[in-house]
Amino acid sequence: MSQSLLSIRGLTKAYPGVVANDDVSFEIGKGEVHALLGENGAGKSTLVKMIYGLVKPDAGEMVLDGRSYVPAEPSMARQLGVAMVFQHFSLFDALNVAENIALGMENPPRPRDLAGRIREVSELYGLPLDPFRTVGDLSAGERQRVEIVRCLLQDPKLLIMDEPTSVLTPQEVEILFRTLMKLRDEGTAILYISHKLEEIRALCDGATILRLGKKVGTCVPKETTARAMAEMMVGSELHTPSREAKAPGAVRLALKGLSVKSPGEFGTSLKGISLEVRAGEVLGLAGVAGNGQDELLGALSGEILSAPAMVEFDGTPVGGMGPMARRRLGLLTGPEERLGHAAAPDMSLTENALLTGAERRGLMSNGFLKWGKARSFAEEVIARFDVRTPGPEVAARALSGGNLQKFVIGREVMQNPQVLVVNQPTWGVDAAAAATIRQAILDLAAGGTAVIVISQDLDELMEISDRFAALNEGRLSDIRPAQGLTVDEIGLMMGGSHGMEVAHV
Amino acid sequence: MDLSAINPVLLVASLMVAATPILLAAIGELVVEKAGVLNLGVEGMMITGAICGFAVAVETGSPLMGFVGAAAGGAGLSLLFVALTQYALANQVASGLSLTLFGLGLSALIGQRYVGERPPPAQRLDLPVLSDLPVVGRILFSHDLMVYVGLALVVAVWAMLKFTRAGLILRAVGENHEAAHALGYKVRRIRILAILFGGACAGMGGAYISLLRVPQWVDGMTAGTGWIALALVVFASWKPGRVLLGAYLFGGVTVLQLNLQAAGLAIPVEYLSMSPYLITILVLVIMSSHRSGAPASLGRTFHASQ
Amino acid sequence: MLKLEKRRQPSQVWAYLAPVVAVVATMVAGGLLFAFLGKDPLLAIRTIFWDPLFGEFAFYYRPQMLVKGAPLVLIAIGLSLGFRAGIWNIGAEGQYIMGAIAGAGVALAFYPLEAWWLFPLMVICGALGGCLWAMIPAALRVIFGTNEILVSLMLVYVAEQFLASVSLGLLKNPEGYGFPGSRNLQQYPSAHNAELIAGSGMHWGVVAALIAVIMAYILLNRHLLGFQIRLTGEAPRAARFAGVKPKQLVLLCMGLAGALAGMAGLFEVAGPSGRISIDFNAGYGFTAIIVAFLGRLHPVGILLAGLLMALTYIGGEIAQSSMGLSSSAIQVFQGMLLFFLLMVDVLTNYRLKLAKAETA
Repeated sequence: MSQSLLSIRGLTKAYPGVVANDDVSFEIGKGEVHALLGENGAGKSTLVKMIYGLVKPDAGEMVLDGRSYVPAEPSMARQLGVAMVFQHFSLFDALNVAENIALGMENPPRPRDLAGRIREVSELYGLPLDPFRTVGDLSAGERQRVEIVRCLLQDPKLLIMDEPTSVLTPQEVEILFRTLMKLRDEGTAILYISHKLEEIRALCDGATILRLGKKVGTCVPKETTARAMAEMMVGSELHTPSREAKAPGAVRLALKGLSVKSPGEFGTSLKGISLEVRAGEVLGLAGVAGNGQDELLGALSGEILSAPAMVEFDGTPVGGMGPMARRRLGLLTGPEERLGHAAAPDMSLTENALLTGAERRGLMSNGFLKWGKARSFAEEVIARFDVRTPGPEVAARALSGGNLQKFVIGREVMQNPQVLVVNQPTWGVDAAAAATIRQAILDLAAGGTAVIVISQDLDELMEISDRFAALNEGRLSDIRPAQGLTVDEIGLMMGGSHGMEVAHV
Repeated sequence: MDLSAINPVLLVASLMVAATPILLAAIGELVVEKAGVLNLGVEGMMITGAICGFAVAVETGSPLMGFVGAAAGGAGLSLLFVALTQYALANQVASGLSLTLFGLGLSALIGQRYVGERPPPAQRLDLPVLSDLPVVGRILFSHDLMVYVGLALVVAVWAMLKFTRAGLILRAVGENHEAAHALGYKVRRIRILAILFGGACAGMGGAYISLLRVPQWVDGMTAGTGWIALALVVFASWKPGRVLLGAYLFGGVTVLQLNLQAAGLAIPVEYLSMSPYLITILVLVIMSSHRSGAPASLGRTFHASQ
Repeated sequence: MLKLEKRRQPSQVWAYLAPVVAVVATMVAGGLLFAFLGKDPLLAIRTIFWDPLFGEFAFYYRPQMLVKGAPLVLIAIGLSLGFRAGIWNIGAEGQYIMGAIAGAGVALAFYPLEAWWLFPLMVICGALGGCLWAMIPAALRVIFGTNEILVSLMLVYVAEQFLASVSLGLLKNPEGYGFPGSRNLQQYPSAHNAELIAGSGMHWGVVAALIAVIMAYILLNRHLLGFQIRLTGEAPRAARFAGVKPKQLVLLCMGLAGALAGMAGLFEVAGPSGRISIDFNAGYGFTAIIVAFLGRLHPVGILLAGLLMALTYIGGEIAQSSMGLSSSAIQVFQGMLLFFLLMVDVLTNYRLKLAKAETA
């Protein structure tokens, strides 16, 4: 490989209770695409925040281009040629593209010149953008383009990309990769953070693997199998969920031309969604973030009301019913956002168990709450789903993401739903917890529950779905049997490349 | 009743005067809210500014120094809000209320010594020719300096928000503080500056009441002007130009009802005195149907955790 | 440099300790303020906090604690429900006035009736008056999404003007020689909210305040509705997910707060105050905001905080007459209390840590 661009030596950063990074060292060469690989909570984010000057290391040093590199703040990192595309975009919805880009630059040119530069660079790299559009109205893929163009305008030596493909369709991923390879050929080094192994094998020249804050290995991804990398990442054998094929039963839930307006200013409205789910089957719904997933879950949970006949449960119209009435019937849901939506962060697990379980588990009578029973329900969930917590009196926010996710999914599973709808059930969860959750969903289906899983993780959907469809701008694609679908077909169902084009060389 | 006693030229001229305290306070609060902070303590900062300005003006004999003192007083009180919301991460609504309650008490305490005093009179702008023009001269060119300061501030804030990088950063911080932080902007520092600016503006607005409008010291003399200023920011959809429009509208209502009281309209005085508040409510209701324009981070606490 | 670090979960210890620390800090800062005003700080603190309870004339002041504390507790209990749910009714002062006018209005309409049912009717009308006044911001928020903070506050000024208007007109005492103000209800036996035990300060308002404390405790800790109120305040999205109907909750919390404030006004006008007059309202509606926060929005805490605040009122009056300490100094003192409480409260959710300077 070529000479070293950034050398990281012994970086350490501790937070109360956790050591986020423990003596991490690696090198990135000029023009190298280097992967940083690890599970959620392995310390990838903290590490790149240190490189970008957002977090100060407790110990260790960095050398950039042969000179000691101590970024006091992001603007300094940018001046020295380090740029970053964030996982959760650092964009401002109400501002336009040009304003957003100007905010990420040290010395932005005058507005008119900047707009021209944006057009120029975005076309060159196949990421067309209109500088005067409001960012809130853009799709997830377009928003990522804004971030990337913002970085490119500063001619970075090192481009950091944090989980860039989680918001893209397979076709868009391909275009992104071509852009990145073009950049590499021009001599830009790329630090690529991901937990998607096939992607890394396709793109990266070298990889550093982190586990629990420590570097556990390096490899050349093209010469390593995905399984070997996964085992380095997880540190143990992977458990793959299992299920027995079973003939589906009667239709439990039917959507008939479901159309609702999004409550949010920059949300996606649902447009004429029709589907049926039968007892014992898992319907997987894919889609890039922001294509109506939250709204669909809301329309099913009862947070968003529709015309009664648009949602039918066992043949009864329920579109006009609120969440409590739907739960009473047996239609349960699990939203994507754990903290603040599925669970109240500052309330105890007992109180959070009560949040949805009050009625079906008989935790109250005449409106008066039975705290003893609520507590034992919480304890049951904790025991069955192996939720790591000192006890049910602990606040929800004190749990790790994976443990809280097990708790909120377990809370619904243990109420014997007739229909269960979950959105991103394993998002940001470590592999072991994800496997537990998937297995619980499959067991529920085997027991005769009709399940809808909404997810952006295609591998997950292919693993557990019987039938498969995709959400695209609030519309639902055709529903097809999951078996035998190719990645290309799935990508087209998700809306193809959303008007992206291949980089002009 | 004698409506002919109401002179339209004087009405418009005095409308500009009546609008100035609200205008000053509202343009300051607009900047604060654009930075994503909801400071409900405007009333408290105004009344503090009113007494500080009054005291300084009386002691120094200079109304100008009075306004400087008022700005310092308002900004000083807003430092408490800074401590609460930016350092102790307290709820902004509760903190704003505490500021108002504290400010009302504090001003009454300082004000005891100044009851019955008269402040030094402020100079009116007196431009030869221009001020003597009929109608226009009276309306536009013969006010005290602060009327023009208020107008200049509106223009300055508008230009700052629209054309400068500082304005862009301020809006960005109010729109999405996490993203602004991730890009390396000092969210807290920017917000503190905005809060202090808001405090200084509110203080000057209060002093305008005690030094020019009334002019004497009375406990609680701002009588809800600070709250009306808060409503005005909502009315204006966070746009400086519309703050000006709104302030003149409220100024007009105030002056008109006072004129009607003086003209001996058959409606009891109390009902006329209610009108500015009722109209504020009405305006809030009308504006609440289309509330776009509110900064997305408004009122949310920011803590750079990791 | 000091740094804040989020606790993994809220500290129980600080939840109890914060109000105590705030009170102590206020005493210190207040003492400095009094010293600055040229008064002996220790004597002032002693006069305010000790004399009303244990001084020479404590027999007279102790009942006053109940008289002043009852309206504060009654109003603060109502406000706390809304505050917990993120519904900011800050116009209790106006609801207090309207309750008093409605209740006293009924009594005066029937003057000089002798009937056992008059007083209960007044209580109902007082509650209704406050409730309806609070329903204006509530309904506007539910229907149009109008900001309830500003509307409820604006309505205080409207209510004050209305109070002036009825004192000078509709309810003016026809035998009052033209002076503003209504008849004195203390001289109207079936409308008088008299002391239940002479010399104890105990009137129906005190009873109502105690009942309100107990009911609020049960509501918040044992009933689904109370759970929903807390949930809405802590995580509004989770509340909607759980099935809370936010609009109903706004109406309920505002309505209850208004009713309690209205009742407080009625008990005051029919008892200690006696009559509707231009300056009938004494700022209880605003002080109750401090009481609600100082009591950490908890019913028992509010009871204690209400009594403490009543103490500062009474002690303040004593200090005013014996030491010449101005009443506004007491107002500053009360404002400081809220300030320090909010300041110290951060320690419930965060811990202070010494740390190297870091990019913030």
